[in-house]
Amino acid sequence: MRLGVFVCHCGSNIAATVDCAAVAEAARAMPDVAFAADSIYTCSEPGQEAIVAAVAEHGLDGVVVASCSPRMHERTFRRTVARAGLNPYMFEMANIREHVSWVGRDKERNTAKATDLVRMAVEKLRRNRPLTPREFPATRRVLVIGGGVAGIQAALDCADGGLEVVLVERTASIGGKMAQLDKTFPTVDCSSCVLGPRMVDVAQHPDITLYAYSEVAAVSGWVGNFEVSIRRKATYVDWNKCTGCGECIKKCPAKDAPDPFNAGLAPARAINIPFPQAIPKKAVINAAHCKQLTTGKCGVCAKVCPSGAIDYAMTDTTVTEKVGAVIVATGYELFDPTVYGQYGGGRYPDVITSMQYERMLSASGPTGGHVVRPSDGREPQSVVFIQCVGSRDRHIGRPYCSGFCCMYTAKQAILTRDHVPGAQTYVFYMDIRSPGKGYDEFIRRAMEEYGVRYVRGRVSRIFPKGDRLVVRGADTLMAAQVQVEADLVVLAVGAEHAPGAQELAATLRVSIDEHGFFLEGHPKLKPVETNTAGVYLAGACQGPKDIPASVSQASAAAAKVLGLFARGTLASDPQVALVDPRRCVGCLKCLKTCPFGAIREEQGRDGAVRALVVETVCQGCGVCCVTCPQGAVQLQHFTDDQILAEVEALCRTPLPTCG
Amino acid sequence: MPDPVADLRIVGFLCNWCSYGGADTAGVARLAQPTDLRIVRVPCSGRIDPLFIAKAFYGGADGVLVSGCHPRDCHYSEGNYHARRRLELFLRLLPALGIDPGRFLYTWVSASEGQRWQRVVADFTARIHALGPMPRLRETDLAAAACHPVAPGEGA
Repeated sequence: MRLGVFVCHCGSNIAATVDCAAVAEAARAMPDVAFAADSIYTCSEPGQEAIVAAVAEHGLDGVVVASCSPRMHERTFRRTVARAGLNPYMFEMANIREHVSWVGRDKERNTAKATDLVRMAVEKLRRNRPLTPREFPATRRVLVIGGGVAGIQAALDCADGGLEVVLVERTASIGGKMAQLDKTFPTVDCSSCVLGPRMVDVAQHPDITLYAYSEVAAVSGWVGNFEVSIRRKATYVDWNKCTGCGECIKKCPAKDAPDPFNAGLAPARAINIPFPQAIPKKAVINAAHCKQLTTGKCGVCAKVCPSGAIDYAMTDTTVTEKVGAVIVATGYELFDPTVYGQYGGGRYPDVITSMQYERMLSASGPTGGHVVRPSDGREPQSVVFIQCVGSRDRHIGRPYCSGFCCMYTAKQAILTRDHVPGAQTYVFYMDIRSPGKGYDEFIRRAMEEYGVRYVRGRVSRIFPKGDRLVVRGADTLMAAQVQVEADLVVLAVGAEHAPGAQELAATLRVSIDEHGFFLEGHPKLKPVETNTAGVYLAGACQGPKDIPASVSQASAAAAKVLGLFARGTLASDPQVALVDPRRCVGCLKCLKTCPFGAIREEQGRDGAVRALVVETVCQGCGVCCVTCPQGAVQLQHFTDDQILAEVEALCRTPLPTCG
Repeated sequence: MPDPVADLRIVGFLCNWCSYGGADTAGVARLAQPTDLRIVRVPCSGRIDPLFIAKAFYGGADGVLVSGCHPRDCHYSEGNYHARRRLELFLRLLPALGIDPGRFLYTWVSASEGQRWQRVVADFTARIHALGPMPRLRETDLAAAACHPVAPGEGA
């Protein structure tokens, strides 16, 4: 084997505290090293050309570059050696900048350390084997889980990019939380005017298959080749026949079903269409409240339905779809304020949540856009908003800031003035967080133009006084206790992870963070990827986000998926585990420890059970290698031999060998 | 090989994603560190076979440091949990192998924790210097110790 070593000065970054010429000189004496040189900038064009030339001139089989971190330029130099005609994996890097020249001050010691690191790299490279990525075909279809604004955007971007999209929504209509909103900040434009047409686009797009009222039950396979089973929940209405005319809803005698779309502000009928702009606009029977399904004594909707769509015998069905990538856009849930007993949410009818208030402001809401007190229907003259209900409070396990509550509170306070002229509005806040474009100006408008009175401090207690409520809290800027009489109190609830996020994460083999939100691949450089190849994140499932941020991330996720499929085939990273079938005894301990389910049980021709690594699923962590009692599984490019060769290069004495 | 300078031999096994990145961050921030430690990059702390550590000690390492992603932060979901279980057990085995457990440390450093990395390196190096060079094992004992389990009190 003939190896070449290139020691980089990195200008003075390395050369100032490492004697690069001495390192190159020492490298010449290392085993198999046929050529060693130092260069000022190895990563520059002349530096790379020198490597290509040396490979040809000296007939090199592998190259070591001692320079910066492999996290910086490993790919650069792999391409260089590939250009020189070598396998890109016949390359090793010694990090003598971040780990030596930049952290050590003593030139002699640094030079000794750099020489050691080069020796390690040479010893590892002597045991490297050429590796080849495997090309495999990808199913050019994408599954989008969740039909809120993020899921809608991701689905449309993917479909417009030429991919087939399967959109799965848990509820009966897409639209998510944004569809429930009356107006959006900071423009105060109508939410459904922005979102409605996008929802229609989803319904009409020829490349989008929408499964509403459905859930992802199981996911198998790997990037490029996922198989997803989707459970279509029984609606008891044949959606192929239902025209959304609403006759059934008018006649349904069961009037006490919950209405999640109106945030529990008004009850709904047992058969219902979630909201007038619903997509798909189809009726669903709530089985728990339907008299026909609970007692067998009704059947009114079946009688009045002009298209005969009602089917009380309907059951859940399962469909299977093949996709190549998954975008998770399951969004968030609003915090349940009954946790704060002192605020009286759930106890006092005039203490409501921000989403209930939003529905009240909406012209299509249960009050037709009139702001009223739920207790007596009177117009409130004094409305108090309390922020950070379920945010920034570690005592209830919500230490994080939900991000959008400051803004929607300002919006609701502004709208209150529009709906009830002359009403006095108060906002109790901890800090104002309004970093988006035009956001701070919006808060200022609330304060200055709309006379919203901002009080900095926590509310300690809300209690009734006559038919009004007393809000008692602190004003930390005045250093005083304050008390405000209110007709209506709106709790600005924070965001928490969507219910079932943990189960979905387990199904998709991705991680969630300590608060139950999906974990991105890297907080800075991989904000839409997960640690599982082919699974991407969009919107508030990754953490609380407002609409622009959700839409941006959704488009980013779509771009990632389009990029993934751009070449037609995918290349697998060849640094994966490999089972030596002659040593494998079929204990399958590796199968149990593999975090990715990348190891399969396989029966050989001799009938014996053995482990088999699915190359395209393996992420190359090497947990299996350490688990294997036989040493039959080896992580290519990081084999036991290679790591021990590096260790030995650092040791004073040769490692003892057995036998 | 004779040491040209008086550094002790500390072998560091670092996962590629968090701790190696943390060491890079410390470098980029020019956070000064002792030069005794040399780093072996592995994909995941879950890749680290306790055998690697034992072999490093038997080869004359004066200290071994393992660092990976913080629990919950593993790039491979759960590799560091496997590492934690193995290393915790290994820590208890060290006396039986004739190795002072003070010469071994496993810790978690994320890619953003350059300062933490600097402190870990400085503290661990100071600790190894306080313990001094690893007592040399005799050649025959070395071979025996590496090839057969050593009962407490035997070997070195």
